[in-house]
Amino acid sequence: MRWHRLAAIVRKEVIQISRDLPSLLITVAMPLLLMLAFGYGVRFDIQHIPVYVYDREGSQQSQEFLKHFQASQYFNVVKTVDNYPTLIQALDAGACRLAIVIPVNFSEQLKTGGPVSVQALIDATDNNMANVSISYSEAVVQNYNREIQIDWLRRHGQAGLQPPLTVDTRTWFNEDLESTATIVPGVVAIIMAVIGAFLTSLTIAREWERGTMEQLISTPVTPLELMVGKLVPYFVIGLLDTALCAGMAIWWFQVPFHGQWSVFFLSCTLFLIVVLSMGYVVSVVAKSQLAASQTALIATFLPAFLLSGFIYPIDQMPVVIQLITHLIPARYFMTIIRDVFLKGTSIPLLLNDLLALAIFAILLTVLATRAFHKKLS
Amino acid sequence: MPAAIATSDLTKRFPSVLAVDRLSFEVYPGEIFGLVGPDGAGKTTTVRMLAGVLTPDSGSAMVSGFDIVREPESAKAHISYMPQRFGLYEDLTVEENIRFYADVFGVPRADREQRSRQLLDAAGMDQFTTRLAGKLSGGMKQKLGLVCALIHRPLVILLDEPTNGVDPVSRRDFWRILYSLLDEGIAILMSTAYLDEAERCHRVALLHQGRILFCETPAKLKTHLRGAVLSVVAPEPRRVRAALDGVDGVLNALLVGDGVHLVVDDATRRIPELRAKLQAAELPFDRLEEVAPTIEDLFVAATSGTDGKST
Amino acid sequence: MTDHDAAPVIARDLVKRFGDFVAVDRISLEAQRGEVVGFLGPNGAGKSTTIRMLCGLLRPTAGQALVAGYDVAREPERVRQRIGYMSQKFSLYNDLRVIENIRFFASLYDVPTSVLRERESWVLDMAGLSGRGSTLTGTLPSGWKQRLALGCAMLHRPPILFLDEPTSGVDPISRRQFWELIHTMAAEGVTVLVTTHYMDEAEYCNRLVMIFQGRIIASGSPTELKQRAMTGALLLVECEPLGLALDLLQQTPDVRDAAVFGNVLHVVVQDAKNAIPRLRNALSQHGVTVTKMEPIRPSLEDVFVSLTTAQGAAGKA
Repeated sequence: MRWHRLAAIVRKEVIQISRDLPSLLITVAMPLLLMLAFGYGVRFDIQHIPVYVYDREGSQQSQEFLKHFQASQYFNVVKTVDNYPTLIQALDAGACRLAIVIPVNFSEQLKTGGPVSVQALIDATDNNMANVSISYSEAVVQNYNREIQIDWLRRHGQAGLQPPLTVDTRTWFNEDLESTATIVPGVVAIIMAVIGAFLTSLTIAREWERGTMEQLISTPVTPLELMVGKLVPYFVIGLLDTALCAGMAIWWFQVPFHGQWSVFFLSCTLFLIVVLSMGYVVSVVAKSQLAASQTALIATFLPAFLLSGFIYPIDQMPVVIQLITHLIPARYFMTIIRDVFLKGTSIPLLLNDLLALAIFAILLTVLATRAFHKKLS
Repeated sequence: MPAAIATSDLTKRFPSVLAVDRLSFEVYPGEIFGLVGPDGAGKTTTVRMLAGVLTPDSGSAMVSGFDIVREPESAKAHISYMPQRFGLYEDLTVEENIRFYADVFGVPRADREQRSRQLLDAAGMDQFTTRLAGKLSGGMKQKLGLVCALIHRPLVILLDEPTNGVDPVSRRDFWRILYSLLDEGIAILMSTAYLDEAERCHRVALLHQGRILFCETPAKLKTHLRGAVLSVVAPEPRRVRAALDGVDGVLNALLVGDGVHLVVDDATRRIPELRAKLQAAELPFDRLEEVAPTIEDLFVAATSGTDGKST
Repeated sequence: MTDHDAAPVIARDLVKRFGDFVAVDRISLEAQRGEVVGFLGPNGAGKSTTIRMLCGLLRPTAGQALVAGYDVAREPERVRQRIGYMSQKFSLYNDLRVIENIRFFASLYDVPTSVLRERESWVLDMAGLSGRGSTLTGTLPSGWKQRLALGCAMLHRPPILFLDEPTSGVDPISRRQFWELIHTMAAEGVTVLVTTHYMDEAEYCNRLVMIFQGRIIASGSPTELKQRAMTGALLLVECEPLGLALDLLQQTPDVRDAAVFGNVLHVVVQDAKNAIPRLRNALSQHGVTVTKMEPIRPSLEDVFVSLTTAQGAAGKA
């Protein structure tokens, strides 16, 4: 490796990058847009489920029951109707996700000790929301039941009865149960994967397409010099982007940062090496810039999005898929990054993931060096 | 004097065609050697093999003292290669391009300034150092490509169709620079599809379908043409051609824009005969005289001899 | 509006500007029936731009052109119906068979079905591909492709034909066959306009128009240009040592231009008769042995260079 040749390649890449306005915009704008899109757009917390009510009795008691639904933050009683067809239509049209029908003899049945059936019709096209509707409805009903029973007991002189079992919950790592805190650190990882691979994927393919590669391979420049020289500028850009995204996560989205910055940057460096090498390999193999960029996106974005544990928890996946995720570098990085932001555990516990990333980094670097031959095919 | 380039039975096969078929030739320091032939003759393939960017299937080549197949990287330090699509970075300025290649070849700082200025002056480009390469005219790009190729001191320069489509004035400048390099003992090999450009080389190899038809100086090449070439300038070329084609001693009659281009067996004998024929047919003509044969005449005679009609 | 007696192609003071850049600067010309006119000039001189305006593909900034009697600016569609255009790397589809390409272009040019069969065999004949209609176009050698491309451009038998660098890189024999075809068509009355930067190809044209930096710098038959357009006379000088002779000659006031040409020198002087003895003397005085010094016919390239250098336009970026 000769320093002057390496410096020549680095200098040239930097000049070219600085004069390529569209790519620069992508480098800065895309991460910010993705952060905003995911940070605000993706929510796991399900609240304000729209509810329609058909109160066939319309008594004071039924109204009181319904107030319990009103009071809950999970439900939002939008409208009261007075016939089935309208209710069904509302469900079909998606105006509501839950429809409650209170029977005619509601209060009467309650007085005689029940049981009373309140009908709940649920739109289960979104099964998550449906499950939540069911659980929370049942919770509301249970609460109401308990109130009725305590009231009855009091009237019959048995006040002060306590339920035998309570659960004492403590939430660790994400006290407010904010889904933003879960998502945003993950977005940083996704952005790095995409940007890193996308930008480098164009670099070699571009030289072939423009015709400058043929002359380059006739010079003494070595494949290693070429690779290192081309990746160094993108590495720097990658780190800057990461810092930008991390900054946005902490100051804009108020995601807590409990871990150590050294761990954060070490894992970022390793992961960047992985994705940059991947992009480089794609660039060498693909014949055109178009093919290169598409392949890069598919090879990095999709696995990072679907199989790293970003949105879909890995331990909920079928075993075969779980095994496959071990081959996705983003998975290890996702674990580390979530840890660093939300948990702040120490290095020994992250050692496995860091090691896995390091191995991937080495493997891909070797692959990238070997992939490029100074020959016309 | 040892050859700067020496090939022996150099061969390259592509899936559908034998591009280069056992090429053997030598190029010496201080000469401009032309590899001449139409598209598909194997010129670019040959130049690429000599530059070490394409591996031959068989045969060998020594370039600047190294075996280009076994020790390509050692050879590359002494070679300058200018491919058809010059390796200019369009988004870099003239200066930045030169600096890049100077660094890649490890030209010492001290040398660099002076050599760069010298070359830019010779190319008439000293005013354009800060212009983006992409904004230069075709002729300027070609000259810049040459400057970048010369910034280090190569022993061998390989040029692949460097003057394609370039205006004649820039072409002249280009040749002037090339000739000035010969004093430094550089060997220059250049490929071209322009048969007339062959006349400017010291020695020429005429390529056809991957094989060398002839390899000599332009003057000697023309002696291979059997017969002589006559030019008839006339207002009605078709009728003149019709009258003369197939006549005794006329080996070939080609219609050109303002007359007929003839190949005859013996100029002194046939000229008066043909004049008489035209006058008898009452076909006016402004001129009927012997002209110097062109390399194209030779090429056509040689290839139609071997193949019959055409490729 | 058509005027059947007028020349098929008439251009008057055509101008085309792209922003600040003037690509075509007041070009005027005429092409007669059955004439082969060549636009000769390097890349970027304005040839392609001029042709595109004449084909109705580009709107002139100023000036007027009438092709087949129609104004290119006002009725470009009509112009296009009356011309055939063959581009440099003609768009034949390599993965189609020969006959499929022909039929495709026939349908593009609205060739009526009544004459389709006849035209198909005409094109196959012209290209020398009779009986080989089912060959895959991609497997044809370049010479055959050129002729096939020409045929496809002529399927609708237009009276005017535009050829853009038709035979660049093609081997000389195929080129000669191609030009035979062109001359045959010209004899049948087709007007042919060719653009080329290749001086050798220019020799096949009846008349040449030399274009440089958007302007016409000379016009005439190839022979006329070589005789008249050259400012000065061209000498061939064979001598030893070459380098010294070149230096000396370049410093001689008589000499307009001197350059190495292979193993000899090409020298441009005002007047051959006077210059030869004087230069011989000057050279031998400095120890140069002159084996040959004689006037030679200039090539079109010599003419081009002397004209453009004379205009002071040499070497501009």
